[in-house]
Parts: sequence; structure tokens; C-alpha cells
Amino acid sequence: MRAASALILAGLALAVACLAYLSLGARGDWGFVLMFRGARLVALLTVALAVALSTMVFQTLAANRILTPAIMGFDALFLLGQSLLVFTLSGVGVAALGAYVTFGLETAVMLLAALLLFGTLLRRGQDISRMILTGIVFGILFRSLTQLLNRMIDPNEFTMIQSAAFARFNNVPEGLTWITAGLTVAVGIWLMSKHRQLDVMALGRAASMTLGVDHDRQTRRLLAAVALLVSVSTALVGPIVFFGLLVSALAHGLAGSWRHAVLLPLSALLAGCILVASQTLFERVLHLQTSVAVVIEALGGLVFLAMILRRRKT
Amino acid sequence: MIETRALSVALSGKPVLADISVALPKGRLTALVGPNGAGKSTLLMTLGRLLEPASGDILIDGRDLRAVPPRELALQLSILRQEGAIGPRLTVRDLVSFGRYPHSHGRLTAADRLEVQRAIDRLDLAGFADRYLDTLSGGQKQRAQIAMVLAQQTDVILLDEPLNNLDLAHARRVMRIAREEADAGRTVIVVLHDLTVAAAYADHVVAMKAGRVAAEGPSEEVISEEVLSRLFETDVSVAEVGGRRVVLTL
Ligand SMILES: Nc1ncnc2c1ncn2[C@@H]1O[C@H](COP(=O)(O)OP(=O)(O)OP(=O)(O)O)[C@@H](O)[C@H]1O
Ligand SMILES: [Mg+2]
Repeated sequence: MRAASALILAGLALAVACLAYLSLGARGDWGFVLMFRGARLVALLTVALAVALSTMVFQTLAANRILTPAIMGFDALFLLGQSLLVFTLSGVGVAALGAYVTFGLETAVMLLAALLLFGTLLRRGQDISRMILTGIVFGILFRSLTQLLNRMIDPNEFTMIQSAAFARFNNVPEGLTWITAGLTVAVGIWLMSKHRQLDVMALGRAASMTLGVDHDRQTRRLLAAVALLVSVSTALVGPIVFFGLLVSALAHGLAGSWRHAVLLPLSALLAGCILVASQTLFERVLHLQTSVAVVIEALGGLVFLAMILRRRKT
Repeated sequence: MIETRALSVALSGKPVLADISVALPKGRLTALVGPNGAGKSTLLMTLGRLLEPASGDILIDGRDLRAVPPRELALQLSILRQEGAIGPRLTVRDLVSFGRYPHSHGRLTAADRLEVQRAIDRLDLAGFADRYLDTLSGGQKQRAQIAMVLAQQTDVILLDEPLNNLDLAHARRVMRIAREEADAGRTVIVVLHDLTVAAAYADHVVAMKAGRVAAEGPSEEVISEEVLSRLFETDVSVAEVGGRRVVLTL
């Protein structure tokens, strides 16, 4: 019952946030406003869905509520792939490929690297402190490699690369909106269809194997889905480190349930709600263009600290 | 019946089991005994395919264990592990219901719910069924885990130290359940440290030491002063009390 009311409330809140985003401060031709804002809203919702689902699924695979794909360096890996592509093909070559093909290639590099690096790590890793440390080291390594590559890239081609320290929610590359939205929804439906199996996998590797789940194989598939979702959100808005953590902590707190049938949709609704509401607030009401990411990340960072400190005590 | 042939297992590159060839009879209760670190848990985990053997074969009713698909294996074999930490915050009933997953894949039928309730009742958990596991005592948690294994209703049941944390009444209850399951035709293998309990309930005993089989046979043969004193490298006496063998170390 608590889960159902949490879902309904989050759904209503998201609807209100979306309406406010579309209508607040709109002037002039409504058709144009709706089309322009509608496309950006779709991009925001796509990012929210991708971040929420990738975080929830990754936390189930890692059997841990502090780790997220971003903390483990997934998005840094995507940016590295991006720089690598421009470096090897040159900016002209990448530009010739077009947005779709480039995104496809970046995602493929990301999938491969994520499976290689994190597949074995998840299988062994039960020691959380070591996992966090590994993630931080990976993140630094990927970012430094990216920087190195960016320096070696011809300055004229450098504009092809969008790597940034913070996410930017207000200039989303429009060409990618619809394809990434479609992709994210498809992956989301696939993940929802596996919600019962995810419940079992949350019990851990040994327990799920005794219940007949081919844990290693399913982990590889789910990890690929996580990598795909992180590719989507990073390609759209850049690296977001703590947002996923914020969303998952809220979802677990509000759901009061271990069932992925509740956790997955609730986390997605909450993520959409937070992102759209704060974007509305900062862009339309306060007229501060760039602060959304900073504020969301700061909140998420606080949650991260609080969770680590609470672990210490128990 | 479960048969192993020249089974050896290595953990982190270190050989832990060597040349294990045993035959664990169907419809019987087999006790696995031996000192700490002998390799009992390792053997049980390997039989449950949670660990991969370095070499050798395991046959279940003559069929190579490696050839059994995961889903089918979960319908044939269940295992209680020695360390069974549970991640999410579950109630006892949630946990026991997971035992039905191999049968219903998460969509519990009325028959599944009945089976879950029966397992809860058999382990005397009816009063705690809707309590969260993290609010239970060690012995109550252990019973919940055993109930989950029972709910799985498999032909082979592997229990690693099921009597951990249990008081004497519940220890007896669990051993009686293990006995009933064996009498119903299931192959039950239990790791036990209490040799008096092993003598009272087991048909067949496998004694392990330093990763090898030290003795295997009917419990009357293996539970003897000579074998046990050698196995544990300490003086063990076996006395008869009321027609039962009692193992003493003083
Ligand atoms: N992950 C591991 N890496 C290396 N060696 C291990 C590992 N796990 C266990 N061992 C070693 O393997 C041997 C057998 O361990 P096992 O847990 O099977 O013993 P056991 O007979 O179940 O003991 P106990 O009665 O204490 O439960 C021990 O010597 C142990 O130190
Ligand atoms: Mg053991």
C-alpha cells in the first residue's frame, strides 16, 4: 500500500512538474513554445530514466546501495571513448559520420570496456571500500587519459568533444534526443520485464545461483544495459556523478519495499520529478541558467557522505 | 544418489580438496563430519555447483552435474550455506517465498503459498512470519534460512551446519525434519559438528580431514572411538546410553 501510494504521488508530482516546465513564463506562439520545450522535456525525462534505472540495476548487481555507475567511473569511461574516437578518426572524420553513428560507436566502445573492466570486478568484489576506491581510481584514470588525448587532439577538432566537469542540462544535443529516448524506453521495458529476476539477484550471487538464475550471464547482460543507459545520459548532458545516488536513496526510503516492480518505476518517476522541477525552478523562476547541475550534484554528494558516515557507525 | 569421482577443488589457487571419491546414497541422510578447515563446506558448495572443481566429476543419478542447466538444477538441488548474509530487508515470509522461485519464477500460486506456510510451520516460525529478518535472533534467522531451503522441495538437500545457533529443542526439530525428508526418498547431506547427533540421525557418514576423505561408511562403522580419535587427533570415547551412541571428549 505504501509502495502504491508512493508511486501515485511521484507520478502526480512528475505530471505537475512537466506542466510547469512547459507552461511557465511562455510567451508568443504556443505551438512553437510547446514544440521547443517539448523536445527538451523529452531529453530531460530520458536522462532521468537512464540515470535512475542504471543506478538501481547497478546497485542490485553490486549488492550495495552506495555504489553507482557514475561513482565507479562509467561516465568517465564514455567520455574517454568519445575522445578516443575523435583522436583516431580526427574531428572531420567524426563530423562526417554524423551524430547517430558517432553515438553508436561511442556506445559500442563503452559497452566493451564496461564489460571487460566491471564484469570481473563485480564478480569478485564484495569488499565495498575496495570497490569505491577502485571506482575512484578508474574515474581519475579515465579522466586523465581523456585529458591527455584532448591535448593531443588538434585544437580545431577539439570542439567536437563535449567533456565537461559538470553536467549541462540546458544545451542538450538535439539530434540525439529521439533516438536516445527510444533506446532508453526500450531498455527500461526490458529491465521491467526482468523485475522478478532482479529481486532474486539482489540476494547475492550464491543465493541466486541456488535458485536457478545463471548469475554470471545475467550480470553481463544487465551490465551491458547499464552501460547503454549511462552512454545515453552522458551523451545528452555530460557526466552526472551523484544524481543517481540521490534518486536511489530516495526511492529506497519512500518505497519501503525490496521489489524491483516498485523500485524501478518509483526511482524513474522521482528522478524525472527532481530534474524537471529543479530545471523549471532555476531556468524559469530564478533565471539561473547553469546552477541546476551544481545544486543536484551537491545534494547527491551530501547523501553520499551521509551514507558513508552512517555505515561507519553501524 | 550423488557420486564424486577423484574430485579436487582449489580456492584462490590453493588446493583445498584432493581426490574426493564418495557415493552419497539416495533416500538416506548422510552426515559430513571432520575438524574445522577439513573442507566440508567446500565439498558441499562444489556439490551445489557454487564452486567449480579443478578436476574430477560429480554425478547426480548418473548424470554429469555440469550438464544440468541452472533452472533445472534449482529444481533438483537446494543448499543451505554456512554464511548466508541476506542483502535486502526481507520478512521471513518473503525469504521463504524465494524458495519457490525455481518453481513459479516469482509469481506465487496458491499451491506455492501453501508450501511456504508449511515450511514456516515446520520450522516453528509461524509467530515470526511477518517480522523482518534483521529483527530476529541468530537461531530464528537460521531457521528461516532452513525453511527457505525446504520450500524449494528438491530431491537433493545440502545443509551446511544447520544446527548453528539453534537451541536443543529446535536442533532436534531440524534433525527430525532432515530425517523425514530422507525417509521421503530425498538425498539429504548435512554437515554436523555434534557427533552424537550424527550417530543418532545419520545412515551414512563421510569423515573428512585436510581436504581428503578420512573414512566413509554406515554410521555404526565411522562413529567409533578409533576412527574419531584419529580424525580429530584427540581422545574420543563412544558410550552407549539407552541404546544410543554418545560421543564424549573429556
Ligand atoms: N576463499 C578461500 N581461499 C583460500 N582458502 C580457503 C578459502 N576458503 C576456505 N579456504 C580454506 O579451505 C579449507 C577448507 O575450508 P572449509 O570452509 O571447506 O572448511 P570446513 O570443513 O567447512 O570448516 P568448518 O568446520 O570450520 O566450517 C580451509 O583450510 C580454509 O582455510
Ligand atoms: Mg564449514
